[in-house]
Amino acid sequence: MVPDSRAVKKTSGKRKLAVWKFASCDGCQLSLLDCEDELLALAGEMEIAYFMEASSHQVEGPYDLSLVEGSITTARDKRRIQQVRAQSRVLVTIGACATAGGIQALRNFSDVEEFTSVVYAHPEYIATLKTSTPVSAHVAVDFELQGCPINKHQLLEVISAFLHRRPPQVPAHSVCVECKIRGNVCVWVADGIPCMGPVTHAGCGALCPGYSRGCYGCYGPKENTNTASLCHWWKKELGADQATIVENLRNYNAAAPVFARESRRQERPDGEK
Amino acid sequence: MQDYVLQARDLDILIQVVRAEGFEVMGPVLRDNAIVYDAISTAADLPQGWTDEQEKGTYRVKRRNDGAYFGYAVGPHSWKKFLQLPHRQVWKARSNNSGIQVAEIVDEAPQLAFLGVRSCEMHAIAIQDRVFVDGEYQNDSYTRRRSNIFMVSVNCTSAAASCFCTSMDTGPRVTLPCDLEMTEVIEGETHYFLVGSESYRGARVLQQLPVVPSTQEHEAKAERAVQNAVRQMEKGPRNFDSTDLKELLYRNYESPSWDRVAERCLSCANCTMACPTCFCSTVEDTTDLSGTYAERWERWDSCFTADFTYITGGAVRPDTRTRYRQWMTHKLATWHDQFGSSGCVGCGRCITWCPVGIDLTEEVRKIRELEKINREGP
Repeated sequence: MVPDSRAVKKTSGKRKLAVWKFASCDGCQLSLLDCEDELLALAGEMEIAYFMEASSHQVEGPYDLSLVEGSITTARDKRRIQQVRAQSRVLVTIGACATAGGIQALRNFSDVEEFTSVVYAHPEYIATLKTSTPVSAHVAVDFELQGCPINKHQLLEVISAFLHRRPPQVPAHSVCVECKIRGNVCVWVADGIPCMGPVTHAGCGALCPGYSRGCYGCYGPKENTNTASLCHWWKKELGADQATIVENLRNYNAAAPVFARESRRQERPDGEK
Repeated sequence: MQDYVLQARDLDILIQVVRAEGFEVMGPVLRDNAIVYDAISTAADLPQGWTDEQEKGTYRVKRRNDGAYFGYAVGPHSWKKFLQLPHRQVWKARSNNSGIQVAEIVDEAPQLAFLGVRSCEMHAIAIQDRVFVDGEYQNDSYTRRRSNIFMVSVNCTSAAASCFCTSMDTGPRVTLPCDLEMTEVIEGETHYFLVGSESYRGARVLQQLPVVPSTQEHEAKAERAVQNAVRQMEKGPRNFDSTDLKELLYRNYESPSWDRVAERCLSCANCTMACPTCFCSTVEDTTDLSGTYAERWERWDSCFTADFTYITGGAVRPDTRTRYRQWMTHKLATWHDQFGSSGCVGCGRCITWCPVGIDLTEEVRKIRELEKINREGP
């Protein structure tokens, strides 16, 4: 691990951007490619030095900014993320996989060997870890951009903030704040729909509640979550059953500590106690 | 003051006259299973024959058995969204060889008519006026918008279970100045509005309406209708004595009840967003990729977020206990010292729109009870 990212040599000329992939669906990298109107501006400000999703052209490190997508699921990943960190001045993780372990972290609640024995004809070919873990469990991370997938405007904001040495405007408050700013009617209060909004990190612009659906937490936990109180009300007042509660906590951010802890608690026979 | 009778079937004429006077009319509309405030163009846009049922953390619209136009309490929206915009650009700046040019964004302040403003909401607007117009730190956007409002108030004739304006001395009868004041009366086949005007602009509109002078009977019926709302609240679950709230909360800064409420509170900020007087905002400064262009935006913020009190070294209020205590103590106690009134108008929005049904009036009661037990023993 690099104790201080400033130890990585500064590059001369345009700052170098690298985009790395670990266990993931590539959707967050696609969010970068999806910045169609801004891509030329980005290429003007930074040298896109390593971005295999976009180009096979590779420039050697060190890199000024590394965007890391995906979670750590193999022994090879564990070694590779150390190498990425060692050649990155600033390392930003993007997406639910990199920040919380992703949907593949459902394995953390089960037995991977049992899965591989059922799914694969030759499970001995599968070399995988028992858990899927976020990048921050392995190396120092300078900033985590949550979301499944991330919001491209927030990604541009993070890159702009990096380029101009200012804090990114990525508020860690609830989706509820976004709902209220949009003028959405609360689906929880007005329709009795279980909604993860009050414990979920803003960033999507309250997309689902905007279409009268409950939030299902794809942006992961907000700061200062109270999942126990949320689940208590879902059960007692909204009539949600245990399966609904656990399924909502175990989505793309299943292994985010506050969600994981609560889903395990909800699964215990004595429920909330 | 309320001198004229407008038949309910002529309500649309009022709306059209106000529009012809140059105002875009905002009023209650039924949308997404709630009565919200939005643009209306005819009386048919109003949620006629609808009402709401409200309790802690729950809101449902349902059909009334009459054709009342204003037969419901306040909903999820408040008028603050038209005055203190949830999100607005403050300035933009560009840098070039000759330096940095900053351009203030002077947003358009439309001529709006608010139709159906309740007494508690009039008080809420007056409170925000004291903050944004009369206060030390004037908000130009709010001030410009506020000066362009034509206000049509409506006296409440029924109250939701979440209402407690009688306890806060803010309603249900309108007592603050507006342009037109209306009371809806519906008894059998009779359906009219008692209408009065308090302003030159209001009188101009009133002159153009097919109204007749009211009789004592008209006025007595209107009074009975308003008294119905008073009775509902006085017998209702949230009736309480608010006279000593400031002293009570000042004495109970370390009450164990703050720990208890923190166990339930989600710190989601819904209460502050729904509150018609909560006025806090933040500014967000951003640049584009080139760094030659920057913007500042103002956005609603809340004392329930960590960023709200973030200074060097961390958030001043890192946990839910301190955040809830700050909100409630400010709203009911320190507001008096800061702005000369309570910050609460008894509209009940924070109770209804709290996802886990935290009830401000109940929290006051708990603090009072715990203090008593502490003093006298159980």
